[in-house]
Amino acid sequence: MTTETRPDARPSPAGATGTREVTATEERVGFFTDTSVCIGCKACEVACKEWNAIPEDGMELTGMSYDNSQGLGASTWRHVAFIEQSKPVVPKVPHSTDADDGPDVFALAAQGSGSSELRWLMSSDVCKHCTHAACLDVCPTGSLFRTEFGTVVVQEDICNGCGYCVPACPYGVIEQRPDDGRAFKCTLCYDRLGAGQTPACAKACPTESIQFGPLDELRERAAARVEELHRAGVPDARLYGHDPDDGVGGDGAFFLLLDEPEVYGLPPDPVVTTRDLPAMWKHAGAAALTLLGGIAAAFAAGRTPGHHRPGRSLPR
Amino acid sequence: MTEPPHDDNDRPRDGERGGPPYEERGGPRNEERGGPPKDEHGGPQRGAHGGPPRDEQRDGGRHARRDGGRRRRKRRGEQTVVPEPEFTSYYGKPILNTPGWKPLNIGGYFFLGGLAGAGSVLAAGARLTGRPVTARAMKISATVSIAGSAAALIHDLGRPARFGNMLRVLKPTSPMSVGSWLLAAYGPLSGIAAASDVTGLLPRTGDAATCGAALLGPAVATYTAVLAADTAVPAWHDGYRELPFVFAGSATAAAAGTALMTGPLRENSPARYAALFGTALETAARHRMESRLGMVAETYRTGTAGRLMRSAEALTVGGALTAAVAGGRSRLLAAVSGAALVAGSVCTRLGVFHAGRAAMADPKYTVVPQRERLRAREEAAYGRQRRSDVAPS
Ligand code: SF4
Ligand code: SF4
Repeated sequence: MTTETRPDARPSPAGATGTREVTATEERVGFFTDTSVCIGCKACEVACKEWNAIPEDGMELTGMSYDNSQGLGASTWRHVAFIEQSKPVVPKVPHSTDADDGPDVFALAAQGSGSSELRWLMSSDVCKHCTHAACLDVCPTGSLFRTEFGTVVVQEDICNGCGYCVPACPYGVIEQRPDDGRAFKCTLCYDRLGAGQTPACAKACPTESIQFGPLDELRERAAARVEELHRAGVPDARLYGHDPDDGVGGDGAFFLLLDEPEVYGLPPDPVVTTRDLPAMWKHAGAAALTLLGGIAAAFAAGRTPGHHRPGRSLPR
Repeated sequence: MTEPPHDDNDRPRDGERGGPPYEERGGPRNEERGGPPKDEHGGPQRGAHGGPPRDEQRDGGRHARRDGGRRRRKRRGEQTVVPEPEFTSYYGKPILNTPGWKPLNIGGYFFLGGLAGAGSVLAAGARLTGRPVTARAMKISATVSIAGSAAALIHDLGRPARFGNMLRVLKPTSPMSVGSWLLAAYGPLSGIAAASDVTGLLPRTGDAATCGAALLGPAVATYTAVLAADTAVPAWHDGYRELPFVFAGSATAAAAGTALMTGPLRENSPARYAALFGTALETAARHRMESRLGMVAETYRTGTAGRLMRSAEALTVGGALTAAVAGGRSRLLAAVSGAALVAGSVCTRLGVFHAGRAAMADPKYTVVPQRERLRAREEAAYGRQRRSDVAPS
């Protein structure tokens, strides 16, 4: 085990201490998910379930467009989001209904459907394999580790199900499986990578919405794609998680989105929680000293006990 | 934002092969309560909380999926003093995942750790100032509490049999790892101190252990605040400056309460001061935290967490004042005030836990503060640019 970080990795905000960083023996790889070509076929979801033998986790018709898997979790490592939007060409005219008595049907009728353009966004979400991964930082057992490919993986035989990684992840990716207790998430098909194979989801994606490859290469490709879309008149296109200077040091799996991140259920400005850890320890240290000092002062202020033992008097 | 000026006429359907034109359906993303459109240009709704709209005209018609469920529960015509912040989410789904932590396990783990840690300090103080009954009681309570704290933690694990893996590595980046090692050092010290006092064996070792436990105790009482804060949960993380002081105060109050319940009147004067100190520290830190948290402070004021935090304040302040006024005269009132202090500390820890839960369950606590942060950053950058534009003339 070594604390050597990959050459491209910036220094971990919480320091490299204890975090198991493996010397890069391979290039850092990742996903670039271009949601502008996603057709919502869910081949990635299925391929992921199949390859990784992920158990069934409930069948529910949610009414959330075509999305019935609802979000990433212990047993959903790829999740396709479906968003139906109306984007009126003519901006809506504000009308002056004062109370909350339901939509103003007359105004809506007057506006007519002709003034709105409907669009359907689809996006296949996945673990971001953060450069500074909070899940990995806070894992007390070392079950979560950084692989030689720069990805973040849970070791099922070490995880004791403390659940700490779950609230630590700023994206809500990793989760405990209720009947099992341990935490699970995308491994970026660690087993397939080891055998020189493409991860199952990327392999299955028919539109190349999910692209797998060396991260640097993907970043270049993504920048070109966003340019292309802007030129083609899609000003909404933007990259998400591509920037090595963002709050998590850049994602190993990043995205091209067509709307604000939160529309897709992604946090707009995620930050690795351990960035503030040194400050947290400092405050905790100050609080501990305050406690010690306060109780010492209480004894100093307290009256001498037991009038019947004058010999043991203390300064007041 | 680097969006070039856009061209409305020419915008292709997204995804080029875009789905069939979709009839707008009345799914949960619709504005459940209708009402007037919140902003004229139909951008992502940034109204109430969003400050001034951006300069450039945003493309229109984004559907704000506000949390219909939560809103509907509100009675009509109810006046909200603070307007609900506008934000967008994916069908109101939480952004963060919630761990399988049980309130009693984790609340108990926090509370008992605090009771033990601050109790060890009181035990040492009582020992040094000749208050043997209190000293013994606090040593025993610390030992029992720390055992309970560890038990609660182990019970909460998905795989309790693998608790040993906590001591597999020492990771300074993981407060749970640091805490486990801390417990591993503190637990035996506290146990030795209690055992020696009860049996009368090895008094010197016992005293050394008492001092050792008193030195580690404050860390045991406060590291759990770092444990909570070192997450993406806004109610915990954003309170990282004050939370350790809340926990330190709450722990002191609980330990002082235990001392008041167990110690004779002639010994309890420091416990009464400690109760006042702990209460003042906790209350001040909590108010400061809430004022700093902004809209996230709601999680501490509403719902289960709100009820618990209000009970905590009433019990703690009531207990401390009763102890100060009457705890030195009436054994009964001392015990009652002690019990109130202990109960108050339980409520504080459970309240903090539930505030975190509430913050995990609602995407607004993730989205709104992050949006504000982004906007502040953008504004700062814009301001810098403006200044440099103006400067040369
Ligand atoms: S997205 Fe979450 S689970 Fe994935 S590496 Fe980052 S912190 Fe860990
Ligand atoms: S649940 Fe498992 S992987 Fe997650 S922090 Fe705990 S030990 Fe690590």
